Amino acid sequence: MNSENPIWALISTFGLMSLFAVGGAAAAVPEMHRIAVDVHHWMTEKQFADAYAIAQLSPGPNVLIVTLIGYAVAGIPGALAATLAMCLPTALLAYYVSRLLSRPSQSRWPALIQTALVPLSIGLMAASALILAQSTDRTVAALLLTAMVAVVASISRINPLWLLLAGGLFGFAGIV
Amino acid sequence: MSMDSAPAAQEPDHPAAHAPPPGLVALFLAFARMSLAGFGGVLVFARHAIVDQHRWMTADEFNETFALCHFLPGPNIVNLSMVFGSRLRGIAGGVAAFTGLLLPPTVIMTVLAIIYARFGDVEVLRRILAGISCAAVGLLIAVVFRMMMPLLKRMDVVVLILMLGVFVAIGVLRLPLQAVLLVAIPVSIGVTYLMRRKVAA
Repeated sequence: MNSENPIWALISTFGLMSLFAVGGAAAAVPEMHRIAVDVHHWMTEKQFADAYAIAQLSPGPNVLIVTLIGYAVAGIPGALAATLAMCLPTALLAYYVSRLLSRPSQSRWPALIQTALVPLSIGLMAASALILAQSTDRTVAALLLTAMVAVVASISRINPLWLLLAGGLFGFAGIV
Repeated sequence: MSMDSAPAAQEPDHPAAHAPPPGLVALFLAFARMSLAGFGGVLVFARHAIVDQHRWMTADEFNETFALCHFLPGPNIVNLSMVFGSRLRGIAGGVAAFTGLLLPPTVIMTVLAIIYARFGDVEVLRRILAGISCAAVGLLIAVVFRMMMPLLKRMDVVVLILMLGVFVAIGVLRLPLQAVLLVAIPVSIGVTYLMRRKVAA
């Protein structure tokens, strides 16, 4: 890592990634995992799973898992650099595209592209679930807890925060 | 225009439905508030604040703007803050909303990162985080399931194969995102275009 400035590595990594994050933050998780754990060894498997859990439990957009990755790499400057790199480029892109599209004439292509992206972003999010489950669900009890939360969240409208807190309670009790 | 297309939009607009455009500080504070309220997703709170509470946009305007942000890459709600803010108050409004949405939670996350770096190895904290992680994965699976239901109901084989292909390429084979999407996006757009034409014909 000495040959490369870590801040610049964060900016180039997340700046590029944000432009390919079709379907939002959850769809980018597999790529974040690949880069942070497999390619750069910024974090261990376990630290990454923890970072995801912390980001889910905290207020604000879930994309802020990049703040935790950035901090692990380069402290507070790393946290800020990663956050801005992940959020600013696409926000500016959205600003310019929204100005271009404010004339309603060419409304056919956005609808078509949007439809085409739906299966891709679902595939990406399913991949996120698999990758996170592989590092988290290492015991039968853990797997059962994940399955239970998945079922409850699928069939009810319960606030996700309660399910996360319940998970924390199970962990505190030493069950998973 | 045909009669059956969005009859609500045909009605004369109520001028009173719109509040006057907010100031920059008001925008910053509104987005900071919805961001801090938004545990497990900010979108619901954003919609409530912008449409119901402040009446800065109608429900239709909100959906239209959100659709655009959803189709663009990147974190949707972050894109949305920039687009909404700039529609109301120009580029300065966009920056105010963007900063309001991101600054408070980023500070919180940084503090949590510091705490984690210092106490992440403490046994009790380890166990609690392990339990939360399991639940977080369960929530993600539920979201995937809900998004998949309409595709499964339509039994659109080509679309399901595309979805499965991306899942295997990224989740199992762990190929780089850019490479996968550079193939998958053109294929999916092409397939969608051809299917639309077939339906139209």
